[in-house]
Amino acid sequence: MWRYTLKRLLQGLVTVWFIATATFFAMHNVPGDPLSGERASTPEIRANLEARYGLDQPLSTQYVIYLENFIKGDFGISYTQRNRQVNDIIREHFPVSATLGILAVMFAALGGVLFGALTALYRNRLPDTIIMFMVILGISVPSFVFAALGQLMLVNINDWLGFSIMPVAGWGTVSHMIMPALVLGMGTMAYLTRLMRSSMLEIINSDYVRTAKAKGLPPERIFAKHQLRNAIMPVITVLGPAIAAITTGGFVVELVFAIPGLGRYFVQAVQQLDYTVIMGTTVFYGAFLVFMVILVDLLYGWIDPRVRLQ
Amino acid sequence: MRSPINSNEGFNRSASRQLALYAIGAVLAFILLMLGLNFAASLTSTSTGGVAGAVDVENNEITAYLRQDPPELSTMGAADSVSGIVLGHVMEGLLRYDEYGQIVAGLAERWEIEGDTATFWIRDNARWSNGEPITAHDFEFAWKNTLAPATASQYAFILYSIKNAAAANNGDVPVDEVGVRALDDKTLEVTLEQPIAYFQKMVAFYTFSPVNEAFFESTNGRFGAEAESLLYSGPFMMTSWVHGASLRIEKNPYYWDQSRVKLDAINFAYVTDDTNTLLNLFKDGRIVQVDLTAEMLEGAMQQRWVLNRFMDGSVFFIDFNHREGRVTANKNLRKALVLAQDNNELVNSVIKLPGYLPAKSIFPVWMQGAERTLHEEYPPPEAPLNIALAKEYLEKAKQELGLAQIPPIVLLADTSPVATISSQYYQETFKKNLGLDIVIDQQIFRQRLAKMETGEFDIVLAGWGPDYNDPLTFGDYYASWNLNNRGHYRNERLDELVRIGQNSLDTEERMAAFGEIQQILFDESVLIGNYERGYVYATDPRVKGIIRRVIGAETDYTNAYIDVEAQ
Amino acid sequence: MSEPLVKLTPDDFKPLGLGEQRRGINRPSRSYWQDAWGRLKNNRRAIFSLWIIIGLLAFALLGPLLWNVDPARQDIDQISQAPGADRSATVVAPYEYWGGQVTEAAPAQQGIFNLGDAPNSQVVRLVWDAIPGAYGYRIYRNIFPLEDDRVFGLPLIDVMSPSAGFYEDRLNLRPNTYYYTLVALDEFGALAEQYETLAVEVERVITVDEVRARNLVPPEQELAIGDTVNLALHPLGTDYLGRDMLARLMSGARVSLFIGIVAPFLFVLLGVIYGSTAGFLGGKVDQFMMRFADFVVALPFLLFMILFQVVFGLGPGQSGIIPMMVALLVLSWPATARLVRGQILQIRQEAYISASRLLGARNTYLVLRHMIPNTMGVILVTLTFAVPSAIFTEAFLSFIGMGVAPPTASWGSMSNEGLATMLTHPHELIFPAIFISLTVLAFNLLGDGLRDALDARMRSLE
Repeated sequence: MWRYTLKRLLQGLVTVWFIATATFFAMHNVPGDPLSGERASTPEIRANLEARYGLDQPLSTQYVIYLENFIKGDFGISYTQRNRQVNDIIREHFPVSATLGILAVMFAALGGVLFGALTALYRNRLPDTIIMFMVILGISVPSFVFAALGQLMLVNINDWLGFSIMPVAGWGTVSHMIMPALVLGMGTMAYLTRLMRSSMLEIINSDYVRTAKAKGLPPERIFAKHQLRNAIMPVITVLGPAIAAITTGGFVVELVFAIPGLGRYFVQAVQQLDYTVIMGTTVFYGAFLVFMVILVDLLYGWIDPRVRLQ
Repeated sequence: MRSPINSNEGFNRSASRQLALYAIGAVLAFILLMLGLNFAASLTSTSTGGVAGAVDVENNEITAYLRQDPPELSTMGAADSVSGIVLGHVMEGLLRYDEYGQIVAGLAERWEIEGDTATFWIRDNARWSNGEPITAHDFEFAWKNTLAPATASQYAFILYSIKNAAAANNGDVPVDEVGVRALDDKTLEVTLEQPIAYFQKMVAFYTFSPVNEAFFESTNGRFGAEAESLLYSGPFMMTSWVHGASLRIEKNPYYWDQSRVKLDAINFAYVTDDTNTLLNLFKDGRIVQVDLTAEMLEGAMQQRWVLNRFMDGSVFFIDFNHREGRVTANKNLRKALVLAQDNNELVNSVIKLPGYLPAKSIFPVWMQGAERTLHEEYPPPEAPLNIALAKEYLEKAKQELGLAQIPPIVLLADTSPVATISSQYYQETFKKNLGLDIVIDQQIFRQRLAKMETGEFDIVLAGWGPDYNDPLTFGDYYASWNLNNRGHYRNERLDELVRIGQNSLDTEERMAAFGEIQQILFDESVLIGNYERGYVYATDPRVKGIIRRVIGAETDYTNAYIDVEAQ
Repeated sequence: MSEPLVKLTPDDFKPLGLGEQRRGINRPSRSYWQDAWGRLKNNRRAIFSLWIIIGLLAFALLGPLLWNVDPARQDIDQISQAPGADRSATVVAPYEYWGGQVTEAAPAQQGIFNLGDAPNSQVVRLVWDAIPGAYGYRIYRNIFPLEDDRVFGLPLIDVMSPSAGFYEDRLNLRPNTYYYTLVALDEFGALAEQYETLAVEVERVITVDEVRARNLVPPEQELAIGDTVNLALHPLGTDYLGRDMLARLMSGARVSLFIGIVAPFLFVLLGVIYGSTAGFLGGKVDQFMMRFADFVVALPFLLFMILFQVVFGLGPGQSGIIPMMVALLVLSWPATARLVRGQILQIRQEAYISASRLLGARNTYLVLRHMIPNTMGVILVTLTFAVPSAIFTEAFLSFIGMGVAPPTASWGSMSNEGLATMLTHPHELIFPAIFISLTVLAFNLLGDGLRDALDARMRSLE
């Protein structure tokens, strides 16, 4: 077990190095100039700026410096916010994205399990039809349309009520988070509902459920202990990757709801060619993903002994 | 196939009851968790975001938004309009613009500009937000430090009229030789390269603000990075800055002119440039003011909002690449392009926002001349749409260039919404009217600038905004030495005229020079005016006194107050 | 030792020839594919989706033959026109500069604020007499009648001159009733008390030149001022530049479906080649190849999609389709590769492979005849499910402004542009969004059907 863990962590480190290298060389092949401003600068000011960001060094030296700093956990200073450390940016904005992402996954998991179980119980009847229609919407409508409509809906609800039940955008309190998290979790919720439904249906028809019924166990007990618990397993398996994907995929929601998350920061950095922020964010997210996957794998081995480690 | 269980209604009912029980439990647990989170957030967060309304009568506060997180709040490095808005509230220099756009005394109680020497006497009650007096040394330090090559300030050029400033910025002379000196704590003497007519207008720009040296040193290179790492000289001071989320400014108790400030605090609680989001925030009563797009006007009229229009002073135009080997270096081709378009159509039918005006020359319509506006004194020559004539010029151009067909013309544009629309509009217009193929090269803003610098374009959708309230801020754009003249237009006569504009102290002569510059640019078809940018905005009727201005903070809440009576 | 029952000769150990019929089968054989097709045919939803997909492809490829309109053509007179709007217009003389003289066509003058000419959608000409005490005037326009609350509507212009004046309104005039208000300004440019309102009925007009240029009437037909013509027909309305929505949706369909179908096809192909090579060769090579695939899998997908879009950069006139495809290709192949490798490894252990080997089958034969066909089901399902995510990725990139470059249309870019006009002209968002949803849904349902049909073990119970 320890050997395996160690091996996985080592592999993870190599992967992060690969991501860092790929990002570095990708960034340095970007056409354009992160130092250009609307007011053209003289060659002297430019030279000063280049020296400040180490752009005057040959590429190989820059790469070595980059890796050295990277090992020290220092991603440098931002190009657009010239007195802010990339580390500070990540530290301030990632928790926002993570909070939103976790909340969204919780919504998705809760909704997915509940709705999935409900549709399985009421198969081919009204609740099933309604929920499956919502699922179809959740799967096929692009997230930015959802986000825009969700916000519009809030405005109209607030307007109709005459007071604000929930803020339409911004960040700061829990009430700010609910709508964005719902929108963000929508696609995953639809997916989990489908998954839950088919795994429930499989179990409803299984031998052990029939046996339990034949034994005369109370229905609540059969439902809770045999059906629900076993049907949830496949849902749990996809939850880990879902958390990672949602946490890094909140761009749209963060943009529409004016949330100061790292995703929005990344999009802005790309639009302003902020090299250091782009590199820092990408490497950070890459590392986050890699170690999340490792963590989830290890946890599975611990939770479910059937999932054999290699 | 129907499973046997489906027929088992009793089982289903019990199961759903169980499910409902779980659901209620889960929802309750969830709510509990949310409450916990909320509590945790209230403990750690310094955010002012909250769910406050746009107007807080009780605390005498208003809530507004910023288009982006201010990139740089050190006055020595700031170079963008959002930072400009914040700095306009929290910083004041020697002079400032009043609500009518006139220069008035700021921290300097009086000043004197005689020949190449300017002297400013700083108020006795001018203080930093920590209570310490603002001295002439603070100005000397700020200006010299801006010019220091190591600072690499993008706006250092605005100080170049001071003696040795350009040389110091280029590293040719030590910064100490720059012509700014604190005679004593309250007197600042500035030596200029030569007498100039508009120096006082420039001094109101935020780059001329003071910086306290001791405080600057104490921030260890993080000057201006956080709310605490700045000292404020203006009517407000920043008390909290959650990057990307919110920014709060409160009344500065040490500001010398307390009577000017009526609000106790302003929350910039939202940071976004998504127009739909901002509209929704305004509709929901969260922000006091919002800019509208053309598509929102109908809804705004329906809501019976109070609308105003405002022009931010920038001029947008098509700039040509005059480098050798480019077809656009040919004057007849440029003439053909000028005559084959009608910017009235662009503004009235495509952009369709009443704040916008068709641009008639590089000088905007609001620019003051000697007595009246420059446009009234020197009306810009116009060339109305004339497709037949345009085609003649095109033929001439083809002959001169020795081409049977003009190769596709590269139109460089950035990704802003208006640039996206305009570029497609011009592509189709030139195709329709002249049969010319235009290929659009859309790049993000910085990349557009980089490509302009290296000359990888034929025509480009460019724009220029004023730094100070004098025609020179536009007039020197096409000077051969101006680095912003990225199309490399060269004209000796124009250079001479720009020098007159820079050096002459005679207003009439200067304005005549600008008039002639305008004529040369027209005769040589150096640019195609597109539009002067404008805004239509809706304001909360309870808030009065918000100023939108061309120079300085684009949106200025300094004089704003809450009108309790208004509904 | 007794005599063996069968006497073996060296001949018996020679491989049997292929193609030799050894044993007759009486009933017609049903191949795997026939079987699968039979099952798919019984799945109503999947077949329906298949028809939708065929319909979408026809819309993209054959549509332009039926609706031959240039998607780039801008009809400036009909910007953001909703489907089914009235199209009739009166022919008028072209716009000419106007010096503020009241013409004969103008309605009778009353009060201070008046029309200077007959109003139409080309221009509304307003004149006014001086209001005593005014330093200047501001003109407002509204589409709703005024109430007493001094909310005048849309400010058009400030005229800082106290004398009588005139103004030409050419701003986005539509056939409608407008309420113009002239408000006096005080010396600071603030609103004074006096104002006067004027209701103006605007009719849609078009000039002779425009009619001719757009071929709205047959070239031989005479045209006189005052005639009525019909503007060009746009069945699904127009967008923010007056371009035909239907034509743009068709050209957008070509872009979106091209990216959505060709990119997955390519990366699945690459994944199959890579995965089967690794799986078949096994050992060190397999280890190495899969380690590399792991690296690529670890790259955060959306971040790198965006990053690649920037790195490739678009030159003048490039649509951005190819870079997006390349980025998708580079980032998406490992998933298929892993899947195929797993399948191949599994199949390698199967008895029929050993049997085949014993019968003298060569490697290429094994891969082509047994391994690939047996993984085909999985590959096909992967491919079908890859289409929706590719289409979503395209839409997402368009949303953050990293998608195809204008004037190229894609459903994603059209929806993104439609978001801006969502409230006033919802058709600009609804149509492209419906196409995206329909495509995504159809491919999802088809994928479900295929999975059920192709792989009995994976069959879901839906």
